[in-house]
Amino acid sequence: MNARLVPWTFVAPALIALGLFFLLPVLAALALSFTDFDLYALADARNLRVVWADNYIEVLRTPLFWKSLANTLYFVVVGVPLSIAASLGAAMLLNSPLARCKGLFRTALFAPVVTTVVAVALIWRYLFHTRYGLINYVLTHLGLPAVDWLGDPHWSMPAIIVFAVWKNFGYNMVILLAGLQAIPLELYEAARIDGASAWRQFRHITLPSLRPVLLLVAIITVAGYFQLFAEPYVMTRGDPLQSTVSVLYYMFQQGFEWWNLGRATAIAFLLFALTFAVTRVLLRVARERGERA
Amino acid sequence: MRSGARAVLAAASVALAVLLGACSHDESGVKLTFWTIGREGEVVQQLLPEFEHAHPGVHVEVQQIPLTAAHEKLLTAFAGDALPDVAQIGNTWIPEFAALGALLPLDQQVAASQVLAPGDYFPGIWDTNVIDGKLYGVPWYVDTRLLFYRTDLLAAAGFDHPPRDWDEWRRAMAAIKRNAGPDKYAVFLPLNEFEPLLALGLQQSDPLLRDGGRFGNFESAGFRRALAFYVEMFRSGWAPPMSNTEISNVWDEFARGYFTFYITGPWQIGEFKRRLPPDLQGKWNTAPLPGPDGPGAGAAGGSSIAIFRSSPHAELAWELAQFLSSDAVQRRFYALTGDLPARRSAWDDPTLASEGYARAFRDQLERAKPTPKVPEWERIAQEMQLMADRVIRGGQSQDVALREFDVATDRILAKRRELLASSGHSPLPPAGVVAAQARVRVAVPIAADANDRQSGRDESRPYLNVAPSHPAGAP
Repeated sequence: MNARLVPWTFVAPALIALGLFFLLPVLAALALSFTDFDLYALADARNLRVVWADNYIEVLRTPLFWKSLANTLYFVVVGVPLSIAASLGAAMLLNSPLARCKGLFRTALFAPVVTTVVAVALIWRYLFHTRYGLINYVLTHLGLPAVDWLGDPHWSMPAIIVFAVWKNFGYNMVILLAGLQAIPLELYEAARIDGASAWRQFRHITLPSLRPVLLLVAIITVAGYFQLFAEPYVMTRGDPLQSTVSVLYYMFQQGFEWWNLGRATAIAFLLFALTFAVTRVLLRVARERGERA
Repeated sequence: MRSGARAVLAAASVALAVLLGACSHDESGVKLTFWTIGREGEVVQQLLPEFEHAHPGVHVEVQQIPLTAAHEKLLTAFAGDALPDVAQIGNTWIPEFAALGALLPLDQQVAASQVLAPGDYFPGIWDTNVIDGKLYGVPWYVDTRLLFYRTDLLAAAGFDHPPRDWDEWRRAMAAIKRNAGPDKYAVFLPLNEFEPLLALGLQQSDPLLRDGGRFGNFESAGFRRALAFYVEMFRSGWAPPMSNTEISNVWDEFARGYFTFYITGPWQIGEFKRRLPPDLQGKWNTAPLPGPDGPGAGAAGGSSIAIFRSSPHAELAWELAQFLSSDAVQRRFYALTGDLPARRSAWDDPTLASEGYARAFRDQLERAKPTPKVPEWERIAQEMQLMADRVIRGGQSQDVALREFDVATDRILAKRRELLASSGHSPLPPAGVVAAQARVRVAVPIAADANDRQSGRDESRPYLNVAPSHPAGAP
């Protein structure tokens, strides 16, 4: 067999699967975003027309889109650092030589990741409940005022963030834990001999050594958090006052509530472009810093 | 390869058939699938054995869908060719599904029916099921919104009966506000609900959409009057500029006398009885909505039973629709759910006749009007809510707000207009919604879906709601 063909044969199954189940649908969706596919087109394909960029322009002119974008950015900007901090904290605790029952804790902390979001969201709704929720119970016992977590437009997004961080930190924790374990202990030993405090060890050994892992974690988390959907869908349905409508939730509303598939796919591509741009920026910043270091 | 796959498929289907056969009651029987929304589905299962008994070999399989997912699920099922035989369907959704050509017209069946008497139904409610002169559903239960009010506070303000027209209502609100002081109000119109303003708009003779549902008609004199009155209630300090997520909950605030009037639907009767403190029972009542001159219209809401064109058992499905519409079943259904019956004759039932709070609904339902029967209506209604919020809290002038609202509505209706204009083929497949719109009436349903989608926890319907719809509802 031709030496050029051999590698292609090996990758062919994967390429075919990718092309069929990923590339093709993506291209179809892109084509769809240039049409006015809606309820009328669903009824009769003859009612479908090509509108080119109209969907994109119309979406950009819709206030709710910008609101959903602001909500999503709020979620990403607050949620991602919190999530990574929680993951790193948990990973460092697990990595500490003082930690006991590591296997048990690692499993317990990872457990939220593998539970279904709908089931745990229901439980969290009880926790967040204004009158009967455990969280308000603790708050009022500490002498703080009770918070209407899911009913107050100012608190609904923080509530969603808390839930999402809890749900997702275990995944990054495992990756960061692997990264931590790969840092040679000699570095810490040398630092201790030089009299470095725990903070300076963290600042000058742990963080720099983790940089590639942190970058990976940041990119995965940013991309994931931009796709906020299930949490508001199950917990708040976008309420109160549309304070938890995310871009993806807005897309879902357009696509499956109003059946404006053309509009919905346009939103999907706008979100893709945004996520792509943010990831590029992250990569560039990381690379520049890496070069300077 | 292909034959191999086919063999596997065949084996799998045989296995499946054996499994299904093993658990179904009779292999010869017909299975009728019936999708219901929320709690009604739970309750209707208690009624179905009677139907199955009368139709040996027929098994009705009920599938309950949560209200919040029902609309999407039905649309997706249409796209995926997986619709059931029969379904409970919010009557605001009928224009949409009729436009899709998904629903079976029922005119002939109704004409031939021994059980169904169209004259026994509330005309406005029945009308929500009629698109372009064709009937696409049979009303199952009904609702509409009207006044819930504090009798004691109204009496203290010097009124021995609830207001019947806007002028009387104005005077009552002004008097109540004088008594209440700066921290309390006369009426609560949550800014995240479009329903109160919609009801005022429906009371006008101008339709909400014009030219057969082609354009918004919100700059008409009628709607201007409705908006002006609505805004007056806020500007005069009679209504607090708030959403219902900004108060603790309607029952507590109603009990505290934070407001005297509240516009809501029959699902709140049970809630008010249960949640208001005992000393307040007997100090509240319901009343028909005041109109510009005398009792006014309200929006026709509720659910209908619809049969899908795709059903291979349409006749049997019609039998089921008739069964659910029979006077006796309507009465039992009310007893089980508290949902108001669509047939007037069922209102003579002693349980319902003795329910004082329902009396105003009986009266109001006679004047219920459908909302505009275009598939785009719900999006327009959401714009209405945003428009009102911009005027009340954003300080926009009413003229500008209405002009923008008309523009936004026209944009939403653009495709519908184009399709109506293109003579090539009927825009709305088999039974176009179109012509029907010629006599544009306005109004619609709202009831179930919109209510739930729009409102926060306070106004959620107890029965129709299932878990995910109550953001912070009681567990």
